Amino acid sequence: MAFGTTSSSHKSKHLAQSAAFFIFRLLSFSVVAILLVILGFILVQGISVISWEFLTEMPREGMTEGGIFPALVGTLCLVAGSMLFAFPIGILSGIYIHEYAKDSWFKRFVKLMTNNLAGVPSIVFGLFGMTLFVNQFGFGDSILAGSLTLGLLALPVVIRTTEESLKAIDDSFRIGSLALGATKWQTVSRVVLPMAFPNIITGLILSIGRVSGETAPILFTVAAYFLPKLPTSIFDQVMALPYHLYVISTSGTNIEASRAMAYGTAFVLILIVLLANLLANWLRRYFGKKVKMN
Amino acid sequence: MNSVETKDVHLYYGDFHALKGITMAMKKNQVTAFIGPSGCGKSTYLRCFNRMNDLIDGVKIEGDILIDGVDIYKTNIQVDDLRKHVGMVFQKPNPFPKSIFENVAYGLRVNGTKDKAFIEERVERSLKQAALWDEVKDKLKKSAFELSGGQQQRLCIARALAIEPSVLLMDEPTSALDPLSTAKTEELIHQLKENYTIVIVTHNMQQAGRVSDYTAFFYLGELVEYAKTKTLFTNPKDQRTQNYITGRFG
Amino acid sequence: MKRYFHNLGEKLIEGLITISGTVTSITVLLIVFFLFKEGLGIFSQSPVAEGSVIAVHQNNPVKELKAAEVKEIFDQNITNWKEVGGPNAPIKLFSIDDITDYYTEEQIGANFEHLPQRLNELVAQEPNMLAFFPEEYLAKDFKGHRIELANVSLGDFLLGRQWYPTIQPAVQLGVLSLILGTLWVSLGAILIALPLGLASAIYLAEIANPKVRNILKPVIELLAGIPSVVYGFFGLVVIVPLIQDVFGLPVGETALAGSIVLGIMALPTIISVSEDAMRTTPRAMKEASLALGANKWQTIYKVIIPYSISGISTAAILGIGRAIGETMAVLMVTGNASVIPHTFLEPVRTIPATIAAELGEAPQGGIHYQALFALGCILFLMTLAINLTVDFVSAKKKENR
Repeated sequence: MAFGTTSSSHKSKHLAQSAAFFIFRLLSFSVVAILLVILGFILVQGISVISWEFLTEMPREGMTEGGIFPALVGTLCLVAGSMLFAFPIGILSGIYIHEYAKDSWFKRFVKLMTNNLAGVPSIVFGLFGMTLFVNQFGFGDSILAGSLTLGLLALPVVIRTTEESLKAIDDSFRIGSLALGATKWQTVSRVVLPMAFPNIITGLILSIGRVSGETAPILFTVAAYFLPKLPTSIFDQVMALPYHLYVISTSGTNIEASRAMAYGTAFVLILIVLLANLLANWLRRYFGKKVKMN
Repeated sequence: MNSVETKDVHLYYGDFHALKGITMAMKKNQVTAFIGPSGCGKSTYLRCFNRMNDLIDGVKIEGDILIDGVDIYKTNIQVDDLRKHVGMVFQKPNPFPKSIFENVAYGLRVNGTKDKAFIEERVERSLKQAALWDEVKDKLKKSAFELSGGQQQRLCIARALAIEPSVLLMDEPTSALDPLSTAKTEELIHQLKENYTIVIVTHNMQQAGRVSDYTAFFYLGELVEYAKTKTLFTNPKDQRTQNYITGRFG
Repeated sequence: MKRYFHNLGEKLIEGLITISGTVTSITVLLIVFFLFKEGLGIFSQSPVAEGSVIAVHQNNPVKELKAAEVKEIFDQNITNWKEVGGPNAPIKLFSIDDITDYYTEEQIGANFEHLPQRLNELVAQEPNMLAFFPEEYLAKDFKGHRIELANVSLGDFLLGRQWYPTIQPAVQLGVLSLILGTLWVSLGAILIALPLGLASAIYLAEIANPKVRNILKPVIELLAGIPSVVYGFFGLVVIVPLIQDVFGLPVGETALAGSIVLGIMALPTIISVSEDAMRTTPRAMKEASLALGANKWQTIYKVIIPYSISGISTAAILGIGRAIGETMAVLMVTGNASVIPHTFLEPVRTIPATIAAELGEAPQGGIHYQALFALGCILFLMTLAINLTVDFVSAKKKENR
């Protein structure tokens, strides 16, 4: 049987492949191009607005002038508050699911619920936070209510991150530790967690980026339309960057005049996410090297 | 007459020199077995014959490999034409998530065959050749995953036969099978020899002795000894071959 | 002794960890409880605007009307009593502002002190009148009878086409247009995102060389983290004007704008989930296909895609889920008109956008407030259904292995 001579079936096969690959390459690059255009557009339009004054001054003239200082502080407070709540509970829940829970209906129930919590739309968290924290617990529109709501939103992300990181640790380490007479908690705290730490911390930083940009959950739990002062207690309302962007781009007193402020705010929001991603990547690489050296 | 011929084949994985100047020829309609300890390069060498190593990044191959007289690393060779000509059966049975019929028809379809009657006839013939027809003829539409491991491996052989290759490469085809399925597969290899040139990699020396006409012993990327199977097992020339077949290492 | 404390500590920690695990599960139950507690209230409240009375002459046989009928009457689409089960007589509409047509200011009194009495007289005089006025002006010896409005039923709520939660005299709480609006925008989003996302996933998983892949992957991951309000803002300043120009529309805030923005937002999810699924295709299976003379493209569409089809469906479903629940971006670009969508070039309003836009103005505990929670329930159930589908699909996948 002869081969080495190009058959006609081969030609059409090859043509189909070239066409398909060309289309895929084209579509993929256009996806990336769309995404880069969005990033680039906001960054280019926003960079000229950014200045020390923009970051450290109160908004003025119906939010068409001045800065975003109170919104920046508000977002920092909310991120800190929500993480204070979500990190311990989330990490402990992750440890529970992966290290402690036996394969019972309860574990399956907890896993199912965690998965479902991850799929709940953010506006539903807002509704829930409003009835429970704002009304039922009487916190009012406050940093406390907003942080708790955002914390709940971050919870499934933290749990999943922890669980995945723990899953990546080979069982032989656990068995090795237990065989030396260590208790379960000693094994988890001295062997498993230190090994899983780099991945956990990476996931946590990414979740900070996520939380800082959420708008829907804070609409009815904390966010103030315009409040040019800094909070003094956890029961105060605050402005927040994402809500501020929403307000000045859709319902401010003068939408056209506040466009520059809006670009600046969007720039800062993207910058936060960008920094979180870079930091997470850097940590992953840093710890990755360390682990390899060991 | 030689079906596969190689001249001074060297293969590198990056810096690692995996095959060191292998020159040998495999005869038509004969079974040639490659034996040797794991990591000796026998599978790598086998995978040169249908250019499967192309899929791995950083592999560099030197020397000539001729199949039925054609240099398969020449630039104008279409690699899928080559693979149609050189069939392969893998270590673990790896049927596609398709029906039994479609598994066997796959090679025909991807090579542009559209004639339904022809495909049906060829599928039946291949399944018969692979001694599987009687077991599956009533459930050709069923998923291939419903077959047992041994049946799956014979299905994979039928699949390779359907495109009528002239050379059949077998990379440890029975290592994942139970003894009974292994015996069936070896029996099959015997029958297939009439129409195909078979090259089989095995680390089971008894198997090499049972199924092959010629045996080549590889060690650390070199071809140590290549002879008629009977000769190699009863009267090895090289000390390393002797050590291996008497079980001193491996 | 030391041993004892040691064990105690171990038990304490185990307890603490178990409690944490429980908190998450309880949260979901709490969400369901509070959402439904508020949301179901809508079915036991009268849709009459708060503090208002709808009344007729005491001999009028009509005792009860539906909220929709009241609106039709006040819009003068229903003009005869027989259309709502009364006598064959034209309906005479009266609302409190019309009082000066009947009485002088003196008769009403400077501080409206005689108003209840006058209203009482008026309703008693006019057998065909349908009167609507504030409850505070209802006379103690009122001679007419008050029309009861039927409570909103589940059917009215889900299938009603009118969403006017603050209209006088009877609020209209039909959410069909909102549900369809949500589905419509999400459908558009997935039509845009799925082909692009799948093509990118195939490219990244099977075609791109590792160098290109290592550049593209982080960019796509980064975009998953950009806040939705930023996407919304981009949509508002770039996509909306673009659509307005290209299609020559009076406004660019349309379902199409929403679908494009949501499609872009769903891309990272679809790409990474389906790429992961394709990467799990066993190497042996790919090699078997290639060894039979198939080329790379044939291997992709004949082996890899069928093998990872459940992962790809999961990606599509998750993408839809993300689109359905998305709030801010949609709120900013879709125009928020509560009409049943027919094309992609008109404004629509989605469930999340409705909640976000109206909850701030709805008085707590009122029917509007509860209707928004009921919308929250619908949204929750939609996403729950999506989650369960994903669970089901991936469970099935495991079974097949």
